[in-house]
Amino acid sequence: MMKVVEGSYAIADAVRCCSPDVVSVYPITPQTHIVEHLSEFVADGKLDCGYINVDSEFSSLSSLIGASAAGARTYTSTTSQGLALMFEVLYNVSGMRLPIVMTTVNRALSAPLSIWNDQQDALGARDSGWIQIYAENVQEAIDLTPQLYKISEDPKILTPSMSCMDGFILTHVYEPVEFLDEEKVREFLPPFRPEYVLDPKNPKTFGAFTDPSWFTEFKYLQHQAMQRSLEKIEEVSKEFEEVFGRGYGGLIDTYAMEDAEIVLVTMGSIIGTIKEAIDELRSEGVKVGLVKIRCYRPFPAEALKKALKDANVIAVIEKDVSMGYESALLTDLKGALYNSSIRTPIIGFAVGLGGRDVGIKHIRSMVEKASKVKDAGIESEFEIFEVKPECL
Amino acid sequence: MKEIRFHGRGGQGAVTAAELIAIAAFEDKKYSQAFPAFGVERRGAPVMAFARIANEPIRVRSQIYEPDYVIVQDVTLLDVVDVASGLKPEGKIIINTDRNEKDLKLKTKAKVVTIDATKIALEKLGRPIVNTTMLGAFCGATGEISLESINKAILGRFSGALGEKNLNAIKTAFEGVSQ
Repeated sequence: MMKVVEGSYAIADAVRCCSPDVVSVYPITPQTHIVEHLSEFVADGKLDCGYINVDSEFSSLSSLIGASAAGARTYTSTTSQGLALMFEVLYNVSGMRLPIVMTTVNRALSAPLSIWNDQQDALGARDSGWIQIYAENVQEAIDLTPQLYKISEDPKILTPSMSCMDGFILTHVYEPVEFLDEEKVREFLPPFRPEYVLDPKNPKTFGAFTDPSWFTEFKYLQHQAMQRSLEKIEEVSKEFEEVFGRGYGGLIDTYAMEDAEIVLVTMGSIIGTIKEAIDELRSEGVKVGLVKIRCYRPFPAEALKKALKDANVIAVIEKDVSMGYESALLTDLKGALYNSSIRTPIIGFAVGLGGRDVGIKHIRSMVEKASKVKDAGIESEFEIFEVKPECL
Repeated sequence: MKEIRFHGRGGQGAVTAAELIAIAAFEDKKYSQAFPAFGVERRGAPVMAFARIANEPIRVRSQIYEPDYVIVQDVTLLDVVDVASGLKPEGKIIINTDRNEKDLKLKTKAKVVTIDATKIALEKLGRPIVNTTMLGAFCGATGEISLESINKAILGRFSGALGEKNLNAIKTAFEGVSQ
């Protein structure tokens, strides 16, 4: 049954349906409502789990290392400064191959202080060894939750994962969503039964000192698991669709791609607005399509090569900047295509930084710029979109 | 699709009102979306919230710049915020005020609907919290959502005597603008 609820409530309910054994979350805007609802569920007896109150995000994720290594299914969530404070722990989690699942609410990083949405926080954690999947809407974020547990906990993967959802835009929106059916989730997601756990009767050490003779092999195996997850993510996505009747296309999804000359590539909640803009433009005869990145890490290079092979110009739209170069997805995409036969010009736009609203007219303006590239070649490969004239 | 923009002051429940419209519209078998203007909420500061109602799933997520309807919970906002900004000429703006329309000097071609929601709220709720009363006025003035559905949404949020008081306030406002 569909119901109109706040995004944060819907996520908390999805987490509840996945029956985590241990939850440890530290509140921070705009993620706070997720924490509040989870603690309500625990207090009301609707979620039977260990709930650890902590003094910081560093502690929340650290405490889950112990819980996960002891064989518990674990959950946390954070955003922005909280994720930055977790940075050291992120690498420990992935290095110890602990399948912790986290909802990363996307928000700008200080300074200047901004509580609003962009994706600089998660993009900054790109190389931390966590799977990152971005949700377009609340329903996709709900449905991602059990999928991520299934992917992360697979004995061949054992890699933590982040469900990334845009702060405020998705956490605070009220819209109709379909709740997960607990029984179905139980069928879809088997209990977490790791082979190696902390056990006083059979002591083991996780994450201990490794000298140079073996460190490389640890990283190689981690990288291999991440590569393997590409297939697993597709597989779990299909399986979810079979059980729940809702699908999102696996690693990537496409929209209006038949005969598309201008192809936009992006991820997150901006996609809804882009689809509206594409419908408008298509009705005016502009051949524009969309490739939606769901899975950003591991990077779906092969899927992207396939999807983009017939484009005349590619425009990457994203909410992050790597200062002194360009935006991260733009760089990654160019890298993925460089050794292929695709020689399509690629340009990029950094938009929506620190919560600046992106509307249909902005998408249209970016498509127009991309269209000029098609005829006249690249004039500007990367731009921070619509900077106020007094700063130019 | 119909787009609604709420103007209020922090603490007046503009965000709650937008949420209730989304819930009520869904009760009416329509798709809906509501979200705050993501401000740093402080009591008394001007705040905005948005709602969309449509017959098909709503994908667009930008803020609302050309609303079909504007709801103003506090008339003193007219001095500090251009509440009618972008309002469609065929749209409506519903303002909580005891002044008449001409005195407000609004720059809009849209229909201006005034209602003394503060008076109604004080009478029916005993508090000058007008967000639910203004929903009654919205129902009456626009017909975009049914009174039954807004009542149902209200009772889902406020239980018992408080819920009943709110329904009373809504009914009074609904009848006040429907005449």
